[in-house]
Amino acid sequence: MKAAVVVFPGSNCDRDASWAFEAATGVRAPLVWHEDVPGRKADLWILPGGFAHGDYLRAGALAALSPAMASLRRHVDEGGLLLGICNGFQVLVEAGLLPGAFQPNASLHFVAKDVRLKVSSRRSPFLADFAPGEVIDLPIAHGEGNVRLGEGEATSLLERGQVAFRYVDGEGRLDPSANPNGSTLAVAGLLDETGRILGMMPHPERNAEPVFGTAEGARIFRSAVRAVKGVAR
Amino acid sequence: MPSFEVRVLVTLKKGVLDPEGQAVTDALRGLGFEGVDSVRSGKVFDVSLNAASAEAAHEVARSMASRLLANPVLEVFAVEGMSP
Repeated sequence: MKAAVVVFPGSNCDRDASWAFEAATGVRAPLVWHEDVPGRKADLWILPGGFAHGDYLRAGALAALSPAMASLRRHVDEGGLLLGICNGFQVLVEAGLLPGAFQPNASLHFVAKDVRLKVSSRRSPFLADFAPGEVIDLPIAHGEGNVRLGEGEATSLLERGQVAFRYVDGEGRLDPSANPNGSTLAVAGLLDETGRILGMMPHPERNAEPVFGTAEGARIFRSAVRAVKGVAR
Repeated sequence: MPSFEVRVLVTLKKGVLDPEGQAVTDALRGLGFEGVDSVRSGKVFDVSLNAASAEAAHEVARSMASRLLANPVLEVFAVEGMSP
């Protein structure tokens, strides 16, 4: 199996993602400059956090025009997996690979803290190892994580199992006080229709080894690797 | 081809929450502008481009706005000509 991490000018979680992915799964995830993505093959690509192209215009808007994105669209069409973390999630939405749009956090503050998430779908190779409704802890660090979805759209995404994670309180309950950025229906992560694209604001790579806490981020990586290896077998 | 200056205004759709506009509203009230009802924020892009005519320049600017400058999910845009 092959994995790889895309590097845009302004990516800054690329090395963390590469390191944590390999530590969690034993699969190397080398860094690939975004312009070199079209010539490379991998089973799983990661779009890392950061500020691609300085987040000029809108977060992710300029990275969405990179030649990497057309290539990654084909990659998913051919059965590949694609994970966008934080800024990578914003790039996926701007590229139209995931629905919705981002706005600044409702508080207008950059928020960096640990959050509790409810795994709200199992319709994805990234989530296959989680029990339905399981609660996990991961850190967030963003200024524009406010996922905007139309009301009908949000409900239908939820019904179709395309909402991967939702922010919940300490007891695992949905509560407005537990929503750190004002996202519609407290959405923290979304899946495309195939489940092979996952975009999420929380950072699995920052809680992927026991020294950083519960290491629950590693389970997302391992789940995806198991799915790829299962297919390959 | 002659050169034209056009201004693209990008604003949030009606009903879309505007946290920045809300913060500015609150700040203006804090300065004593008690009559202020609301402020909506937006972006301005001044584009100079070569085109066959002013009409063609506007058409190109509309295409720029719909493909990149505005996010059609949340925003609307308007194109204005600028006096030379």
